[in-house]
Amino acid sequence: MSNTSVIEVNNNVTKMSDAPIIEVKNLTKMFNDFVAVDSISFDVKKGEIFGLLGPNGAGKSTTLRMLSTLARPTKGTATIGGYDIIKDDTEVRKLIGIVSEKMIMYNRLTARENLVFFGSLFNLPKDILNKRIDDLLELVQLTKWKNAQVGTFSTGMRQRMNVIRALLNMPQVLFLDEPTLGLDPQSSVEIREFVKKLNRENGTTIIVTTHMMVDADLLCDRIGIMDHAKIVALDTSTNLKKTISGADTTILKLEIGNLSPQIVEAIRACKCVDAVSQENSTQLKVISHGQEAFDSVIDGVRAADGKINSMENLQPTLEDVFLHITGHQVRDSADQKIPMATHRRFGSQPQGRIR
Amino acid sequence: MGAKDLFSHSVRIAWKDLTELVRNRLGLVLLIVMPLFMMAMIGFIYPSSTTTISNMPVALVNQDQGFYNTTSGTNSTIPSQIFIGYLEGINDQAHMLILSNASTIADVKNKVQGGEIDGAILIPSDFSSSIISGEQGNLTIITDQSNPTIAATLEAALSATFDQIGTAIAEGNVQNLNATVPANNYLAFVKPYTIQTEGVVSGNPSYFNFIAPGIMAMTVMMSVMTGLPVAISKEKEDGTMDGMMVAPIDRLSVILGKALGQTARGLLQGFIIMGLAVGLFAVIIHGNILLVVGLLLLGVFSFVGLGIVLTSFAKDQETAQMMMMTLMFPMMFLSGVMFPISQMPWYMQDISKFLPLTYASDALRKVMVLGAGIPDISTDLIILIAFGVVMIAIAVPLFQRMMTR
Repeated sequence: MSNTSVIEVNNNVTKMSDAPIIEVKNLTKMFNDFVAVDSISFDVKKGEIFGLLGPNGAGKSTTLRMLSTLARPTKGTATIGGYDIIKDDTEVRKLIGIVSEKMIMYNRLTARENLVFFGSLFNLPKDILNKRIDDLLELVQLTKWKNAQVGTFSTGMRQRMNVIRALLNMPQVLFLDEPTLGLDPQSSVEIREFVKKLNRENGTTIIVTTHMMVDADLLCDRIGIMDHAKIVALDTSTNLKKTISGADTTILKLEIGNLSPQIVEAIRACKCVDAVSQENSTQLKVISHGQEAFDSVIDGVRAADGKINSMENLQPTLEDVFLHITGHQVRDSADQKIPMATHRRFGSQPQGRIR
Repeated sequence: MGAKDLFSHSVRIAWKDLTELVRNRLGLVLLIVMPLFMMAMIGFIYPSSTTTISNMPVALVNQDQGFYNTTSGTNSTIPSQIFIGYLEGINDQAHMLILSNASTIADVKNKVQGGEIDGAILIPSDFSSSIISGEQGNLTIITDQSNPTIAATLEAALSATFDQIGTAIAEGNVQNLNATVPANNYLAFVKPYTIQTEGVVSGNPSYFNFIAPGIMAMTVMMSVMTGLPVAISKEKEDGTMDGMMVAPIDRLSVILGKALGQTARGLLQGFIIMGLAVGLFAVIIHGNILLVVGLLLLGVFSFVGLGIVLTSFAKDQETAQMMMMTLMFPMMFLSGVMFPISQMPWYMQDISKFLPLTYASDALRKVMVLGAGIPDISTDLIILIAFGVVMIAIAVPLFQRMMTR
């Protein structure tokens, strides 16, 4: 996507203040006897990118729908920007934008007509709305297609439309429901970069649901892992990974050009090192602990005149974290999708998920 | 949120719906073709009273054995010959029938089954003997039960023809009986009364006059009742409904806007029907056009509530379509749109009293065909308004709940 900064930057917003913009308390949603979301509570800080990670049917989308006032909680509530999502839903809606898993646009209308229609629901003055639409179209490089019906667009173009549609009211909080679903890697990167830029330049708080580990890892400041209607873990990606390796274990992969037994001994001698194993003639795997693990190991190698060609921090992946916490793989558990009354899916939809 | 916002958002949504409609070329064509078909088909299938039959294949079964005069020793079939002569004479002018001969009733049955003829005229064996003996001659019309419409038409046409023949013979008889009666008065002796039909407004009665207002009312009102659930469930399925629902607008404006769009579509169709009725089917509108439009809008109002209730129940397009069909057929047939309510059995008449379409089509018919004014249709108006208000009172809370499940 374009690098030109066309989004109106709101300078009053500083990235990530500690004040929570979203406070969720015991939010519960039941469909008859089926518990889709089971009494979850969490806060999202202003300017944060918050991820809800979990398999299909874990309750991510339902949580998002409740927060965006599209579904009414069975129990509990939440506030966004101090407004209650049940009592002050109209106020909440002024603050939010939603990029749904389904593309919200009318195929028979042109790109511009779609944006004008949705924009007009926000009571923006006409000239401001038109300017904003032009800017947003330019931002995602759809300007030259603005008078083409969106039914003729490719999936990538449609998703870009879908994202800028949610930005028409310059929302303080943007909800993204599986924004990269069904997109090729190139388009996924574009969407991720765009979201980051939006967060950085406008201070937009972003809540994103995904079942893609990469998305969550690359995008989110904090991640809530959802499984079976509950949030089973919530922290930064780094901290989540720490939980499985116990304390603060660091796994290092070292490539040393002039690897010798002396160097190996020197590394072993470091206090922080728990184990060293030689992978091949130049590679070592070092398992260490403590905050100074990196420095100590490097010092050890340097002291023995070793030359470090490369050094890699082998972190446990989010996948490992998920496995550790839930006891099952992400893709194994795509067992049951919430029977959402308003969401009937048909397989022919290009953006439909494959289950 | 003020009423101004509610209205402006509704108009936006309606405008968006209409833009979509205009972009759908095929749908637009069907929008015009559908009422045309409906008018043409219904109008021609149920012919009006002025329609005459022509060239209907009918068999003549002459089983007359004549009257044997024992004194002269001669057999006379003169009465049946006279009858056939008259029949052929009339038919030569009117070309109603294509007469063929058949020997027996079994033969007639075969020919009807084979589709060669639509019916038969049977002259029984004692025809001549009865008449010469001074009794009434018996004639039988044999009809095809599998086609009641043709059977009824044939029966009516033949009865009229036989009546005409009978009258002609009777006139001759009067002359023979009493030579003092002036020739001009023979007919008055046989048929002392003549009957003439005249409507309260000028013009010939036509079935189109009857159905055009009904179909107009039905199309416009159905567009809201059925179009609304289909349109809304489509948006829910596509996910576009979420786009409107996350905007800070009154949720009522979503349904209002949708109803407005459907109403505009329905009115357009209604006017197409009116145009066709006037232009192609020679329907004359005697009433005030503004009152016609007003009545159509009132019809829409009375159906909006029902449409919203259905919307709240229809979870997807498929269900909405099925609900539409289920409700549409009874309404079409029970509301007196196509058949007069007074022709129905009493229990059906009772059901039709609960359908708002009954009152809308009745009022519209009175205004369009008879040129009635507001005072003449006040009962209809009151019932339509009451129905609309009650349904909306039920529908709005139901809809509000449905929108945030």
